[in-house]
Amino acid sequence: MKIPLSWLRAFVEIDIPAELLAEKLTAAGLEVAKIEYLGVPQTQVEGLRYPQSEHLVWDRSKLLLGAIREVKPHPNADRLVMAMVDYGAGEPEQCVTGAPNLFAYKGQVLEKPLYTVIALEGAEVWDGHSDEPKRMILKEKPLRGVPNRSMVCSEKELGMSESHDGIILLHDDPGFAPGTPAQDVFGDVIFEIELTPNLARCYSVYGVAREIAALLDKPLRPISYDVLQAGAPIDDAIRVTIQDARTNARFTVMLLRDVTIQPSPEWIQRRLMLVGQRPINNIVDITNYVMFEMGQPLHAFDYDQLVARAGGAVPHLQTRLARAGETLKTLDGAVRTLTPQDIVITDNQDVAISLSAVMGGFDTEISDGTKNVLLEAANWDFISVRRTTHAHKLFSEAGTRFSRGVHPSQAEWGVKRGIELMRQTSGGTVAAGIVDVYPVPAPVITIDLPEAEIRRIMGMNFTAENAAALLRRAAFTVEVAGAVLHVTVPDYRLDIGTGVVGQADLIEEIARINGFDHIPITIIDDIMPPQRPNPALTLEEKTRDLLTQLGMRETISYRMTTPEAEAKLTPPGALSSLPGAGYVTLANPITLDKTVMRHTLLVSLIENARANARYALRQQVFEIGSVYLPVAGELLPAEPRRLAILISGARHIGGGWMGAESDANVDFYDLKGVIEHLLAGLHIDDARFVRGTHTSFHPGRSADLHIGGQSVGTLGEVHPLVARAFGWDGAPILAAEFDLDALLRAATPLFRVTPLPVTPPVLQDIALVVNETVGAADIERVIRQAGGDLLKGVRLFDVYTGDPIPDGQKSLAYNLVYQTDDRTLTDKEVSSVHARIVKAVERELGAKLRG
Amino acid sequence: MQGELESLYQAALTELEATASSDAVRDWELKYLGKNGSVTKLLRGVGQVAKEERAAFGKRANEIKELLTGAWTNREALVKGQELAQDLETGEIDVTLPGRARPMGGLHPSTQTLRQFYTIWAEMGFQVYRSRDVETDDMNFTYLNMPPDHPARDMQDTFYTTTPNVVLRTHTSPGQIRAMRELGENGTKAIRIILPGMCYRFEQITARSEIQFHQVEGLAVGRNIRMSDLKGTIAEYARKFFGENAKVRFRASYFPFTEPSMEVDVECFLCGGKGCNVCKYSGWLEIAGSGMVHPTVLENGGYDPREWSGFAFGMGPERITMLKHGIRDIRYFWGNDLRFLEQF
Repeated sequence: MKIPLSWLRAFVEIDIPAELLAEKLTAAGLEVAKIEYLGVPQTQVEGLRYPQSEHLVWDRSKLLLGAIREVKPHPNADRLVMAMVDYGAGEPEQCVTGAPNLFAYKGQVLEKPLYTVIALEGAEVWDGHSDEPKRMILKEKPLRGVPNRSMVCSEKELGMSESHDGIILLHDDPGFAPGTPAQDVFGDVIFEIELTPNLARCYSVYGVAREIAALLDKPLRPISYDVLQAGAPIDDAIRVTIQDARTNARFTVMLLRDVTIQPSPEWIQRRLMLVGQRPINNIVDITNYVMFEMGQPLHAFDYDQLVARAGGAVPHLQTRLARAGETLKTLDGAVRTLTPQDIVITDNQDVAISLSAVMGGFDTEISDGTKNVLLEAANWDFISVRRTTHAHKLFSEAGTRFSRGVHPSQAEWGVKRGIELMRQTSGGTVAAGIVDVYPVPAPVITIDLPEAEIRRIMGMNFTAENAAALLRRAAFTVEVAGAVLHVTVPDYRLDIGTGVVGQADLIEEIARINGFDHIPITIIDDIMPPQRPNPALTLEEKTRDLLTQLGMRETISYRMTTPEAEAKLTPPGALSSLPGAGYVTLANPITLDKTVMRHTLLVSLIENARANARYALRQQVFEIGSVYLPVAGELLPAEPRRLAILISGARHIGGGWMGAESDANVDFYDLKGVIEHLLAGLHIDDARFVRGTHTSFHPGRSADLHIGGQSVGTLGEVHPLVARAFGWDGAPILAAEFDLDALLRAATPLFRVTPLPVTPPVLQDIALVVNETVGAADIERVIRQAGGDLLKGVRLFDVYTGDPIPDGQKSLAYNLVYQTDDRTLTDKEVSSVHARIVKAVERELGAKLRG
Repeated sequence: MQGELESLYQAALTELEATASSDAVRDWELKYLGKNGSVTKLLRGVGQVAKEERAAFGKRANEIKELLTGAWTNREALVKGQELAQDLETGEIDVTLPGRARPMGGLHPSTQTLRQFYTIWAEMGFQVYRSRDVETDDMNFTYLNMPPDHPARDMQDTFYTTTPNVVLRTHTSPGQIRAMRELGENGTKAIRIILPGMCYRFEQITARSEIQFHQVEGLAVGRNIRMSDLKGTIAEYARKFFGENAKVRFRASYFPFTEPSMEVDVECFLCGGKGCNVCKYSGWLEIAGSGMVHPTVLENGGYDPREWSGFAFGMGPERITMLKHGIRDIRYFWGNDLRFLEQF
């Protein structure tokens, strides 16, 4: 919202620089997002930082208010005139100009001068003819043979707007003598203020001025609501009925007869333009002007249209909720189909003529031929207005204000202010009286606030009197009784609640007006609550640490995906191994590739891998995060945590100049190594890798991880058809996804340390030939069982097939470590255990000792 | 035999003098003094020497072995010394060539910032409480003093689900209600927690705005929790996170679930408050929203707001990470481009 400093000054004295005022407003919650300058210089305030403004500062001795007394024709050019400008220096200055808006006065001596801004030689202005912003210094330059050293300025040349169609021309006396610096007449500072929803009362210049008066502790000059009412009584001219006071709390109208529709006075036009409104005519402009001035939106009807619709009878306006399918042509010309959440104003035949609070109707709007104006100021339920603005996508200044809340008290003030300004600018006569339908007046809010409560919440001592003084600055009525404040809330304050909520609201007001800076800084002086560990998080972070130590990079992906993307994880014809639950589906997805909450992390990891493959020789990543699984009979889904890992690319990479150190790509065993280290790091003891069953993976090169006999997830080579479905054509992707909660339940944070041996080990190797179908895990299990306590270590160091090993068989060679905790083993002991091992593998697995 | 012994000795000495590398010295040692060396063999063959010469031969042979061993030790030291000197003088490599890449793991930048938060807040007695992403409308809005059609709902563009009254949380604040109800024991126990988590907003994805982002919310509820404590606690956090000299300021603001509400700015740590393009020449950076827990929210959490009070604050780890590292595009965070991640 744009708020001009010049307009604020109509209501409150401001004796500090605009920049400091902006700082104070921001600190008080009215965030000044931007300051715009019109001609006046920026002030440097000690201790404040803000961007340097690039605007043009109007030279106080060279850019002046000028009065054009005569417009002479140019002797040598039809398209130029010579304006004779009085700028308080005795002789008028002759300015040659091609401004089209002076042509109407060509050859005239003006009884009533036209006012403009004259730039004298040497003045700096914007170049009006340049498309790019470009400054220029005015120099003497004869124009078609006529000497010329000054210029009458357009708005563009002064940086006021982009308009260069003509020069600034005022017909009304601006109230300053010719020769007054232009800064003093047109100079201004415009604050761009952003308001939070609790500051609905500040959606007007007066509303902001009220805050400034409180913050600076200055008196506020009230707006006059006196109306000269010289016409016949209104009661015989209009009737109003409210059907539902919950949606329409108040409806007031006043009537102005015999108006002249014409442009508004220039001071009104200027203020409207400063807040970003285009002037239209005196009636429409004043509905806007009053809204920007004091916050109450107004609506003007062409009264004669209402009479015509009533067939000559007394018009009867009613307000009610619209009926489904009812239509209305709004003043923008659109025919809108209404819904029962819209509130409408109807005529005598119960036909909707206005979409209340948001936009008036086409048929009853003010036109150039309007003679009599019925001015309405009403109050509408902000929830209904919000629904209407969103449903019809009609975002207007009135809708903005009503949808945040306007107090019903403002309707009466708004209609009075509006009708009086219309009377002054249109020459009509106001009908005596006001029709004011206000079935259930809003209650007056009173709150008792003990001074101890201020201390309890703020941590700062206020006497009741000090607190009362601060609240009175913000127009609260306060009586102090001992240590308690009896506070009456001003009627426009919709943001103050009652009871304990109201107390908190008042404490905020006290803190805000006093300044948050004055609240002391303390350390919490309260009992320390029970400290609760978060083992789930601790272990999750431990998992991250282990994986990064293993060279893995953490990713975090969008948690939204599509069912189609996840379906790509199942090869055609296979049964999906993903959770079968339905999806948490977004009702309003923002993009087509993010419509549901994910069931798996694998899609993001594979998609990321594809994007990264363009330049990464090797990828080793992991992600930890929730998936979202709807639960039958529950409103909210389960959100179990998953751990996913992906590796792909070259196993060894050197520096670029060394080239790849081998052609080998990572395979199943690289991934398994990562998982084994992770399991070891988490001290998960009873993990087993069994043949994989997950259809997203290669059936021969994947494994399910079982812990305590339960599968907690799968690792392995992503199924080639799945990889292809994701557009992958590189080296195999190795991936894993685990139920992190199940994994971490098996972790042993209080693991036991094995003592270090004090006796030397005896090392023996053993090479076994077995059928290829025998799993390595089984061999190791049998060796360990047979080896008993003396066998401390089993390490596979060679797997071999081929000559001289017969077809269908393989050789596995192990280092075996024999050791006791307390004495040196004898050769006899070792050979007896070794023989036992050999016998066991022969018996249980059909293994033969090799060579 | 004696003659053979002496000529072997002479030949060995001559040959040793001629060795020029440590490899040659090692070969020499194998040839003469090793297990199968000629001197060792001769000594082993002492039995074949005539009885009367045997003692003298054995004595001389042992002498020669010792002499040769001594000469070999000296020669080896000399040759190795020369080789080392040579290597030190000429064994230069281009130390400016890049090193070999090691497989280097690392945490996502958001995780790194979250961990800093966890550590700092744990030191101050705030422990981590995690809450769900998919929430009820009541938890996300109504219990937080935002009944249906409340204007403040406009401040948070929401992802709705096809299940009525189920939304993706727009902030971590619904966790406040859950924590109060779970840990507060019907409004009888104090709480000091932080609530980290992913939040979601229905917004266009641009360099400045994302549809998902982390938030870390803090909550302290007790019988004596004051605004001055909120200021003190946040100031302490800022010193721990941004450095000993970090300055903070507080501005009035509005959040439906706090009253009074304050915005927290920290003096721009990039320009030291002098003004730069990151702080938009204001000298300040917005880092947190905060306030005293609204009485209605306390009530919804099971506490009597006349007896209990609390403060809450919320921060964005991605925003702070962006400020700290000059990241100009928030989309980097979930883009998972390794070239970005590997910089952390």
